[in-house]
Amino acid sequence: MSTTPAPAILPRGGDPALDEARCRYVLRLADTSLVLGQRLSEWIGHGPALEEDLGLANLALDLIGQARLLLTYAGELEGRGRDEDALAFLRDAPEFLNLTLAEQPNGDFGQTIVRQWLIDTWQLEIYQALSVLPDTRLAAIAAKALRETRYHYRFSCGWLVRLGDGTEESQRRVQRALDDLWRFTPELFTPDDVDERLSLAGLAPALRELAPQWSLRVAEDLAAARLQRPPDRPHPWQGKRGVHSEHLGHLLSVMQHLPRTYPGAHW
Amino acid sequence: MADEWPLFEVFIRSRSGLEHKHVGSLHAADARMAVEHARDVYTRRQEGVSIWVVRSADIIASDPAEADALFEPARDKVYRHPTFYAIPDEVKNL
Repeated sequence: MSTTPAPAILPRGGDPALDEARCRYVLRLADTSLVLGQRLSEWIGHGPALEEDLGLANLALDLIGQARLLLTYAGELEGRGRDEDALAFLRDAPEFLNLTLAEQPNGDFGQTIVRQWLIDTWQLEIYQALSVLPDTRLAAIAAKALRETRYHYRFSCGWLVRLGDGTEESQRRVQRALDDLWRFTPELFTPDDVDERLSLAGLAPALRELAPQWSLRVAEDLAAARLQRPPDRPHPWQGKRGVHSEHLGHLLSVMQHLPRTYPGAHW
Repeated sequence: MADEWPLFEVFIRSRSGLEHKHVGSLHAADARMAVEHARDVYTRRQEGVSIWVVRSADIIASDPAEADALFEPARDKVYRHPTFYAIPDEVKNL
């Protein structure tokens, strides 16, 4: 008998229901990165300083890079021959499975930072957990994304503290952004049937087990930034099930305009 | 906003063993932000493995008006160049 290592989990494992759940799970991660990356790229040329302009563009490129790897994998799990481009540019809003938070408008710089920080802290927990699970393909993507996310978090948390513990106006604005965006946070760690199925199969972390660590980190950062944690409310947001706020359609119309108008265009 | 941020000079070490080299300058509110900006502005193409920043105001420079007095006297002293030594092939980055 040879002693080759255990084979990596193949793209499709033979249980159609599980394969579909895995595809949807990976699409959620991919779409969250893609939509957030697209949002951040709207800042290019409009950053508060040249240095921040480049910083936000770097974050956007990291996120779009993550989305490319994840979309390619999701396409293979789906098994219908759709590649990263088909998934990014030829799906409509109800087929996008990103977190509702990711599609929220940039607003002012403070709002962009709060949105970024909330998703960075979420991605830190998710990627950390995925990087050691037995789906080796997803684990490798998560490990790469985790390194990037650590820097994103350093960036967003640094600014959260600067703005929160800054001037009266910066404090007021960033607290307002936090109050506005907090209603989307219950979606981050509320599992649905896809999360439950993958968690039971040992292919995804149990979201409820990650929530306390996230909550702890968030509390520490908010204390450092002298910001008040808004009250939790029941969550009607279901972006990861394809039910979106009004903002996603507008974002997609910009992002998808060129490939839909000129199919197969190259540059 | 950038007008209110002080200027920093950025030095990047391209790989271990080499010295940090001046690559440019940028604006930042403080030292930590300057390092992050340097990372974002000057290491996007894998230019470095280490970053130094220093406030431009903390650099003490020679006066260009004194250049003649400072540098001209060295011009006719070519014997100070170690050009009479053969440099072994193994020595890099001298």
